[in-house]
Amino acid sequence: MTAWFRRKEKGIQTATEEKKDTPKGLWYKSPTGKIVESEVLAKNFYVSPEDDYHVRIGSKEYFEILFDDNKFRELDAKLTSKDPLKFEDTKKYSERLKAAQKKTGLKDAVRTGFGKSMGKDIVIACMDFNFIGGSMGSVVGEKIARAIDYAIKKKVPFVMISKSGGARMMEAALSLMQLAKTSAKLAQLAEAKLPYISLCTDPTTGGTTASYAMLGDINISEPGALIGFAGPRVVKEATGKELPDGFQTAEFVKEHGFLDFISHRRDLKKKINLYIDLIQNNPVRSEEISA
Amino acid sequence: MEYLDFELPIKELEEQLDKCMIIGQESDVDVSETCKQIEKKLADTRKEIYKNLTAWQRVQLSRHPNRPYTLDYINAICGDTFLELHGDRNVKDDKAMIGGLGKIGDQSFMFIGQQKGYNTKTRQYRNFGMANPEGYRKALRLMKSAEKFNIPVVCFIDTPGGAAGIEAEERGQGEAIARNILEMTRLKVPIIVVIIGEGASGGALGIGVGDRVLMLENTWYSVISPESCSSILWRSWEYKEVAAEALKLTATDMKKLKLIDEIVREPAGGAHANREKTFEVVKNKIVAQFEVLEKLSPKELVSARMDKYAQMGVFNG
Repeated sequence: MTAWFRRKEKGIQTATEEKKDTPKGLWYKSPTGKIVESEVLAKNFYVSPEDDYHVRIGSKEYFEILFDDNKFRELDAKLTSKDPLKFEDTKKYSERLKAAQKKTGLKDAVRTGFGKSMGKDIVIACMDFNFIGGSMGSVVGEKIARAIDYAIKKKVPFVMISKSGGARMMEAALSLMQLAKTSAKLAQLAEAKLPYISLCTDPTTGGTTASYAMLGDINISEPGALIGFAGPRVVKEATGKELPDGFQTAEFVKEHGFLDFISHRRDLKKKINLYIDLIQNNPVRSEEISA
Repeated sequence: MEYLDFELPIKELEEQLDKCMIIGQESDVDVSETCKQIEKKLADTRKEIYKNLTAWQRVQLSRHPNRPYTLDYINAICGDTFLELHGDRNVKDDKAMIGGLGKIGDQSFMFIGQQKGYNTKTRQYRNFGMANPEGYRKALRLMKSAEKFNIPVVCFIDTPGGAAGIEAEERGQGEAIARNILEMTRLKVPIIVVIIGEGASGGALGIGVGDRVLMLENTWYSVISPESCSSILWRSWEYKEVAAEALKLTATDMKKLKLIDEIVREPAGGAHANREKTFEVVKNKIVAQFEVLEKLSPKELVSARMDKYAQMGVFNG
């Protein structure tokens, strides 16, 4: 009878980007087993109402949450990745790109937009984990750099929403240098005295953590998000030790001093704008006035 | 001397040469002609092997046990003017990241670099050249101190990566590296970076942003080691040679991609075959680069540095 449960194929492995992590269909089941209708979930900021589980979402959803009436102008929407190294592992990078574009309908792993949040102009960049694990290659670096340039030009705050496994291996050292490129731009943003809010969402690891994700005037996160430099599996392999409970969760990272606060997704818009008003010494806006 | 697998023909010839010379000393037979022949063959073999190195062989050379490490360079270049400085003023003194002041000629420099050990005990003491957050913070403290007194910075990179561990994560490895990268993009003194061995990922870049980035001929620099790349993308450790090729991690590739500024040639047989010569070459390169950079104002320096990194990346549109 155990044959019912036996795997027919041995060694099934699913690439990270193929794993399902966005709600599809009519129902969503949270990791604690709570079931919620997709429509209800969307209305609740993609947070499971019964257990407050923050479902992984992408740029489309975050823009919807943060920009007033979901109105914004997308910046540099046409930038796409090249395959300068002609990289090939078990699959050609050029084919991986095509497949990812087809599957997600996205051009690459970050989208950047300019619009109003609670009535005031802002530039937001948001990564998409669905696109090759939210990996940072030349396009991600360039789009973030240009978005920061745009924020400097418009003299508006910049919000970066990270959601990434790290640098894109298929662009090797070119992707590594995006850490320096984006950090240099952030130094220019700082020089212009414009606020930089870094929102680290589930997951934020590797090269992303080792650059813009940790460089905010404030670094903030959502409950339970995984944030770290080396991923948990790597740390476990390197140390041979059992990892402490809650290791590398947003709560852990905040407790060790690297996050300013953790916000429920429903409060993100209010809290980000409150910080902006406070740090710029402007009157505090309320949602009613801006709506 | 230790030998890598592809260096074995060299070892064999060196042994033959030794034997030949011993025979010459111990007997009346004139072996000078034979010795000369072996010497020539040795030089030709060495040349031949080093002319056609694969990417993976260069990775092996970058980790050669006899290869000079950061402190070897600094001690050779500065002699007894080198004054090592310790500690990050927060947690502890990271032994995998060293730094201090030293002179080349009349000019003071702040030297910073990852340090590896030369035997089991010292390798552990140096954590295999993998720095923790406090190492990066110590490096930053020294850089800021150099900036304050207008002293140029020289960074030697030789690391298999930043340390991965529970404590490293608790103390913010990502933040420490990120902070260094950002501060280095705007540091108001010249920064010269030399890759002397392994240049792995954020752990390398954490002290690797500079006005000039030089790579020794037999070193590698990339986003990940070929072994880890093989394990992640091929899901097996067997593809490290292929991964090394695919990552385009050699000095020649990195120069072609415009991600480094200059390749530093090593003596025949690699840096470990003639350490003194290597030290001299590196010292001269540092001096030459500094002479160009010292003419720039801090503003020109920082803006050129930022522009250089802004140019990096290849994309459509």
